[in-house]
Amino acid sequence: MNASEENSKPLEYQTEQGQMNIVGFWIFLAAEMALFGTLFATYAVLFGRTADSPAPGELFEPGIAIVMTLILLTSSFTGGLAINDMRRGSVKGMMTWLLITLALGLTFLGFEIYEFYHYATEGATLQSSAYWSAFFVLTGTHGLHVTFGIGWLILLLIQLAKRGITSVTSNKLFIFGLYWHYLDVIWIFIFTGVYLLGMVI
Amino acid sequence: MQLDEFFVTGEPLIYAGMVAITLVTGAIIFLLTYFKKWKWLWREWLTTVDHKKIGIMYILSALAMLFRAGTDALMMRTQLAFPDMNFLNAQHYNEIFTTHGTIMIFFMAMPFLIGLMNIVVPLQIGARDFAFPYVNALSFWSFFFGAMLFNVSFVIGGAPDAGWTSYTPLAGDVMSPDPGQNFYLLALQLSGIGTLATGINLMVTILKMRAPGMTMFKMPIFTWSTFITSFIIVFAFPILTVALALMTIDRIFGSHFFTLAGEGLPMMWANLFWMWGHPEVYIVILPAFGIFSEVIATFAKKQLFGYTVMVWSIIIIAGLSFLVWVHHFFTMGAGAFVNSIFSVTTMAIAVPTGVKIFNWLATLYKSRIRTTTAMMWALAFIPSFTIGGITGVMLGMAAADYQFHNSYFLIAHFHYVLIAGTVFGCFAGLVYWYPKMFGHKLNERIGKWSFWLFVIGFHITFLPQYFLGLDGMPRRVFHIVPEWLPLNPISTVGAFSMGLGFAVFVYNIYYSYRHSEREQTGDSWDGRTLEWATPTPVPEYNFAVVPHVTSHDAYWNMKQKGETVYDESKVEPIHMPNSTGQPFIMSAIMFFACFALVFEWIWLAVAGLIGTIVMMIIRSFDYNKGHHIDADEIKRTERSARGL
Amino acid sequence: MEKQSKKLPIKHIIGYVTSVILTFVAIWAALGSNLPVMWIIISIFLLAIIQAAIQLFLFMHLIERGMGNAPWNMMFHGTIIFAILIAGSLFTMSFGFM
Repeated sequence: MNASEENSKPLEYQTEQGQMNIVGFWIFLAAEMALFGTLFATYAVLFGRTADSPAPGELFEPGIAIVMTLILLTSSFTGGLAINDMRRGSVKGMMTWLLITLALGLTFLGFEIYEFYHYATEGATLQSSAYWSAFFVLTGTHGLHVTFGIGWLILLLIQLAKRGITSVTSNKLFIFGLYWHYLDVIWIFIFTGVYLLGMVI
Repeated sequence: MQLDEFFVTGEPLIYAGMVAITLVTGAIIFLLTYFKKWKWLWREWLTTVDHKKIGIMYILSALAMLFRAGTDALMMRTQLAFPDMNFLNAQHYNEIFTTHGTIMIFFMAMPFLIGLMNIVVPLQIGARDFAFPYVNALSFWSFFFGAMLFNVSFVIGGAPDAGWTSYTPLAGDVMSPDPGQNFYLLALQLSGIGTLATGINLMVTILKMRAPGMTMFKMPIFTWSTFITSFIIVFAFPILTVALALMTIDRIFGSHFFTLAGEGLPMMWANLFWMWGHPEVYIVILPAFGIFSEVIATFAKKQLFGYTVMVWSIIIIAGLSFLVWVHHFFTMGAGAFVNSIFSVTTMAIAVPTGVKIFNWLATLYKSRIRTTTAMMWALAFIPSFTIGGITGVMLGMAAADYQFHNSYFLIAHFHYVLIAGTVFGCFAGLVYWYPKMFGHKLNERIGKWSFWLFVIGFHITFLPQYFLGLDGMPRRVFHIVPEWLPLNPISTVGAFSMGLGFAVFVYNIYYSYRHSEREQTGDSWDGRTLEWATPTPVPEYNFAVVPHVTSHDAYWNMKQKGETVYDESKVEPIHMPNSTGQPFIMSAIMFFACFALVFEWIWLAVAGLIGTIVMMIIRSFDYNKGHHIDADEIKRTERSARGL
Repeated sequence: MEKQSKKLPIKHIIGYVTSVILTFVAIWAALGSNLPVMWIIISIFLLAIIQAAIQLFLFMHLIERGMGNAPWNMMFHGTIIFAILIAGSLFTMSFGFM
């Protein structure tokens, strides 16, 4: 590979280690697909096994699910804009978009906590029945991933503020971006397979 | 909680175990202190990120676990030697067959193979370390602490007793309220994280760090099998992670995935377990196939027959491995259509496997075979494994499986594939690469003694079990009846012969350490692949100059052309990662958290979780860039190693 | 570097707007339409798959120069495993009684 080709690559790809980090993270995301696939499979098999607890169609509120979907979709978008600004070398734009992403992530989490609390007061908890166990663990695992992502983003914001955009920090942020978009991919399927389907059937 | 609830009491064998653990731990601490080796242990081993040292630690742990689980096996065979033996009671027998199976699969077979991969793969592809050396150390330590967590269960809290498959509802908290089952869940979870990380690590290493010129289809066959194995690990281990987590949540937080109450579905556990479990079978057999391919090609002094076909059959086996899981529970009660589908996919696996068998035979055909110990393990593998494979096809026929299921026929089948495949493979690989690891060969004469004791013992143990199964002896019974008498004592004699073979193998390690001739060159067996191009002992950086590769027998071709990999004029400073204690400390904290969760001490577990997160934050802010070894030092090392 | 990142990131904006539209189409299909249930299920999952593809290709740069073949390859196989896990579990745990 000659030097001009090397320089035409985005900064996060420029070191050998940086490229390996990105490929490794893609492989990790593929593993995450198997992880969420197993949770979806459990949810699908246990669908309808509500025992004495309320059916999902009785509790789901379209409003909250739609708002959560739009919030996460927007945060995925702003996360992408942050990466775009990073590649342009604009620290200010990048930081602004990242802070917006962080705020949206926290809002999403707030809605999810409210939702879980609401269901619990209506008599649907982790212990209620097989269906509700599967529901809370599937959406809860996604929520845990979002929580982890928020913590990760805070650490990255500190590092970016201290060190600026270097080959190492840009690599880290790009990988975080992959993770954040990926969580939205999973959420699309939760929204479709859990909420929409739960209200249809 | 009372102290007598915490420790297991009332069983003389377990008291003996406690005394042994105390004595061995005391002896290790005394020796380390007496010879002032604590600093050495910390600096050279506990904090290392060198793939060769991590590999050696994997193999040592695996041998220790082979000893532990092998002792379990001998205790079971003693109990089953004659009708109405009272050597073990029912509860103790249940615990022992559970720990035997679990340890052999998770803490013996996998780490043994991963250890060999650790040492060999970077050397075979001309790399200087793994893609993520830090993660590699973390993987090892999480495996190690997982293994320790599992092993501590038999003196603290009680061992799990629901079988290595831990079927619900038996393994649920209603029928197994003791902490034993939690040990199973959390120990496997902890070591499973390490395995997944190793899978990703090896994939990236093989994809991105190959020597120039080495395209995918010029990789040595062991590297190929490692690559495909890692691929299976990446997709199969998350399934286990989720299944274990769901059962943990069932047991500790009262959910209803696999319970009888709350409309839970116990058979869903079997479904998830085997969706991981069948790929797992190939995770432990494919690397062994790779080892045999290397050993056979080297000692037949021929290029491996049908290299491309060999690679493709590994790929096809890997693909099919995700499509056959139901054959482990044909008797669950699914309809004929479901069972038929999985019967067909199961039998399809025999095709690529058969292709591989014929390729090995064709490699041997008209060659000059050197019957070294490593080669003898490989030669014993082919017929023995074929018996296991063919009985596997018998088990794969759903209708017939209703007869074979849960009988000793099944036991005999999977020991024939796992011992003749994986264990022979591990021994062949260890003997073959031993000089590369330690700088001397294992003694051949003693090696052949251990080989014959083990292989003959193996057939005496397991061949009768096929017939016991057909005579109706079910697995997991702790008393036999007189009708099964003549074959059971024979099987027990065989088991002790295997135990003796293993003891001789271990003695050989000691004997060779004292008496074997030290290796002068790096090429102990007239090898064909790049690992033999490095000097022995292998320097920290592996290759002073990264070689250029033109075929999958790279080193063989270089030797034919009279080239060497070392060219002093091309030596440049080499970048290496720094040692770090973080992986060890982080895994120790996770061990603490898991131990607390076993006894459902939630707040202690949360404290452990916080500790783990703190370690991750420390890592995130760690911008340590490693160090460089300068060119003069490399030249000095290479000169003394190569006797220039 | 300058060439690849424009001030106005067209790809992201197109992806975002399409995703929002597709989300609302799915919501309408599920809650507002009178389609047969089977068709609703098929159509909302098709819409979800298109949205996932938008994320992967437009936001995550699944295919980008310098990345090699591993990312899309792993995602492709991940999708297959994802499908096997769900379809296979439903098939098996139906016990053959559909």
